[in-house]
Amino acid sequence: MGLDIRFPIGMMFTLLGLILLATGFFTSGDAAMYQQSLGLNVNLWWGGFLLLFGGVMWGFAILGKNKNP
Amino acid sequence: MTQVHLTFIDFSILGLYIAFVIGIGFALKRQMKTSADFFLSGRNIPAWVTGLAFLSANLGALELVGMAASGAKYGIATCHFYWVGAIPAMVFLAVFMMPFYYGSKARSVPEYLKLRFDERARAFNSISFAVMTIFASGISLNALAKLLNQLLSWDYNICLWVCSLIVLLYVLKGGLTSAIYTEVLQFFMIVLGFAPVVWLGLRDAGGWNAVKDKLEGVATHPVTYNLVSDSSKTFQPDAWTHAWIPLLGGPSANPMGVDVFAIVFGLGFVLSFGYWCTNFLVVQRAMAAKDMKAARNTPLVAAVPKMLFPLLVILPGMIALALTATAGKEYRLPQAVITQAHMTPALGAIKQLATSGADLTTASKALSVVAGVSFNDAKISELLKSPETLSSSDQQLAIRLQDAVVNDYDGVILSLVKRYCPTGMLGLALTALLASFMSGMAGNVTAFNTVWTYDLYQAYIAPNKSDDHYAWMGRVVTVAGILLSIAAAYFASMWTNAMDIIQLVFGFVNAPLFATFLLGMFWSRTTATGAFIGLVSGTAASALFHACSISQGNIPGVKGAYLAKLVVLPSDMAQNFWLASFAFTVCFVLTVVISLATKRVKSDEELKGLVYSLTPKPKVDQAWFARPEFIGIVLLIVCVYFNYLFW
Repeated sequence: MGLDIRFPIGMMFTLLGLILLATGFFTSGDAAMYQQSLGLNVNLWWGGFLLLFGGVMWGFAILGKNKNP
Repeated sequence: MTQVHLTFIDFSILGLYIAFVIGIGFALKRQMKTSADFFLSGRNIPAWVTGLAFLSANLGALELVGMAASGAKYGIATCHFYWVGAIPAMVFLAVFMMPFYYGSKARSVPEYLKLRFDERARAFNSISFAVMTIFASGISLNALAKLLNQLLSWDYNICLWVCSLIVLLYVLKGGLTSAIYTEVLQFFMIVLGFAPVVWLGLRDAGGWNAVKDKLEGVATHPVTYNLVSDSSKTFQPDAWTHAWIPLLGGPSANPMGVDVFAIVFGLGFVLSFGYWCTNFLVVQRAMAAKDMKAARNTPLVAAVPKMLFPLLVILPGMIALALTATAGKEYRLPQAVITQAHMTPALGAIKQLATSGADLTTASKALSVVAGVSFNDAKISELLKSPETLSSSDQQLAIRLQDAVVNDYDGVILSLVKRYCPTGMLGLALTALLASFMSGMAGNVTAFNTVWTYDLYQAYIAPNKSDDHYAWMGRVVTVAGILLSIAAAYFASMWTNAMDIIQLVFGFVNAPLFATFLLGMFWSRTTATGAFIGLVSGTAASALFHACSISQGNIPGVKGAYLAKLVVLPSDMAQNFWLASFAFTVCFVLTVVISLATKRVKSDEELKGLVYSLTPKPKVDQAWFARPEFIGIVLLIVCVYFNYLFW
């Protein structure tokens, strides 16, 4: 298999996570904006989760590559 | 629909996703050498990838939108599409059918029909399938462009062309492999994009128990929320929150208007097995797996997330209905809005109709023409009868009139996205919507180009050409397929009935198909003539059934009974399930009878690997717990448990 799909998935979600994390971080004082999401800074939390997910995918991809180079 | 505005952050999320799907297409370009690489992805993909693609290809935008709509309309009984329909069919495909699809080395489902029967069955199946896939991707393209247009006021035409162009780019570059790989990426995108919306909705509604409580209240007064159009109609409190008990009470006791037989036989057996086990769109994913084990595991891998999908797609509809019934949430199921320009004449019309004492059907029809929206008859009749209509202020009357507008169930999912997503999350959720649409379209296009090239072009138009020629043809027909989808989208947008008719025709074609495959794979005596005549008559039988049956409250015409009104069914859903059951039975019986009357042309040797009883059992080299049979049984047990849980 020429391309391990876990690499692009890992990369994309890492980047998405970073974008959301940064958004959440810079808007963390904006109560009006997060009133919509029940007062939770969803960008921050979900961004963190996506970053984690992306990292895990990436980790699996690297493990897989080491196993069958 | 009120509009939302995207910011730079939302656009960068959308842009990132688009860059990745196109990037995958280009990264795979180098591997596309032969036609087999392009159409079959060289058969070297692991099961977890084909499994998720199997799921994703089916998960078009229409499923996301439609299942949430049904969740609000019918409640938890919608889960039957998953726990009675999809899962058992997927297990059956893995355990019993995949060995023949994969082992026969057929490149497509129609090609299997040719190997098992003859050219007639193949031609019939490949032509109907090709036409269906084009319309299917056209319908969802139209739906997507409309949604984006309503929500973001993007231009309909630009949405249509840009979305298709993106799909075209990555399918053209990387063929089936690229479609499958991006489908996996899209799968995660869809789940991770919508999950937070559902979670926020559930939290807002006060948790699952609060949702249940509210829905029990709704079930006893369904007309308040325009769920039924008969003001005297009530259900037992559990009608939205139990899956089976309301069905046992018969069609009038549940909002779907169906009985147990229609669900178990019509939906569970005929329609679901017909779709999941014979539709090349999904089977193609399993055929691309790297070996027989992976091919059989594909539907099993897919079954696990599929089983949990109701949480993602049906629950939001139920949440939306519960929120509508909760005071102080300022939410209601979306409705078309009567514009200011329409409201004034509509107010005049209702007053005039109330004084003149026109009968309800005429009044409701006249009113919807004036107001430009459809109304719930129960509420209009209430308005017409109550003496306050004439005396109340225009403002009050306008509120009551707006309240009588029918629900736009298809808007449910986006109304929740709008409600809960601040910028950032909004971009993510919209990207998920786009991803669901693209996965469905790419699935249709790759299935279409394979069937066209192998089963129609190579078989009947230009046989014995070089492999390069077919690989070239595949690319040409990918472009053609996308263009035809766009044409189908415009067709669907121009004529409201188009969609109903197309979906109806899908039903005609799909319903009898499983009978042909079942007999073909498991009864060696089935002959080619029997299969062909059975299939054609099954299709004709479903068209005939439709022409002679109608669901209660519908007017004869597109909805059925245009020839004669012989059968009246309690709901559209019931009509659909009974039609499928009828078509299946006709196809099954005729195939058996004609097979017995005709002689089989193919020898036992030719049918080896195609028919169950004539195929030697493969040597089993897997531990008992890794065998598809075992995994399948575990999946079915979990599925039964879910049914029991929401009994």
